[in-house]
Amino acid sequence: MEKLIIAGREFDSRLFLGTGKFNSNQQMEEAILASGTEMVTVAMKRIELDDKEDDMLRHIVHPHIQLLPNTSGVRTAEEAVFAAQMAREAFGTNWLKLEIHPDPRYLLPDSTETLKATEELVKLGFVVLPYCQADPTLCKRLEEAGAATVMPLAAPIGTNKGLQTRDFLRIIIEQSNVPVVVDAGIGAPSHAAEAMEMGAAACLVNTAIAVAGNPVEMAIAFKEAVIAGRRAYEAGLGIQADNLVASASSPLTSFLNE
Amino acid sequence: MKIKVNNKETELTQGNNVASLAQQLELPEQGVAIAINNRMIPRSQWAVQEIKEGDSLVIIKAACGG
Repeated sequence: MEKLIIAGREFDSRLFLGTGKFNSNQQMEEAILASGTEMVTVAMKRIELDDKEDDMLRHIVHPHIQLLPNTSGVRTAEEAVFAAQMAREAFGTNWLKLEIHPDPRYLLPDSTETLKATEELVKLGFVVLPYCQADPTLCKRLEEAGAATVMPLAAPIGTNKGLQTRDFLRIIIEQSNVPVVVDAGIGAPSHAAEAMEMGAAACLVNTAIAVAGNPVEMAIAFKEAVIAGRRAYEAGLGIQADNLVASASSPLTSFLNE
Repeated sequence: MKIKVNNKETELTQGNNVASLAQQLELPEQGVAIAINNRMIPRSQWAVQEIKEGDSLVIIKAACGG
């Protein structure tokens, strides 16, 4: 399989993992390692002064893993730039998952603020991976602004509803000159495989793994699905007929009656 | 000196810079960032960056998230 390259860094794995919703940090770490991922998201929160809880960071820092801090919780480009600077300082990386979703009900990204923040953060030297609407025009604008990837949503965050934006994802993948990472809404390995078969560069998965009956096994299932989907894409899928008329795959000569 | 840390009234009992606050709060060597009045202060500046009475500080650390 071709390696994935983002901002000059090579990735063998095309599966990115989020770290939310796991039952424990230990389980999260096991799932991360089982998935083979080399890109893991991390959020930020305010410390509590008498806080002595387990530090999640030590469970995700491994030599082969690129940390991808996110800006979850911000509502504007201005807040995103501040969060990005805090993340760069705290985690020692200029990679950033930019996410600006002011509406807490649907958590849909604000396109105007996302584009504005991307422009500013690229100028400040960040490697920006924006979570965005599955809007082909917006994705081109983000690419022109210097985004390292685009990360259009398949469905609202945490819904597990799969590729609801399928047709727009196809257009985005066709037009993009930067890697297209399908983010949000992927609920099953088959969804991830389909996205990869369509030519997505990678998938970002969190909820579907974290809330599975067995998150570690599900992480392996997603790993295999992403590999299968990518391998199929590179092999070149056969053309789908536009009707149900069969096309024989075996010779139709009548060897029984003649 | 009275300051606010993450919106909570806090008494800075020793020194008057960010490094002394970090020491007082026993902050870890890595994985945290501090801002004074919404301006991020790089760790390299902690020892020289003064904190003034009434300043509002934000201190963040890693959290699980997708």
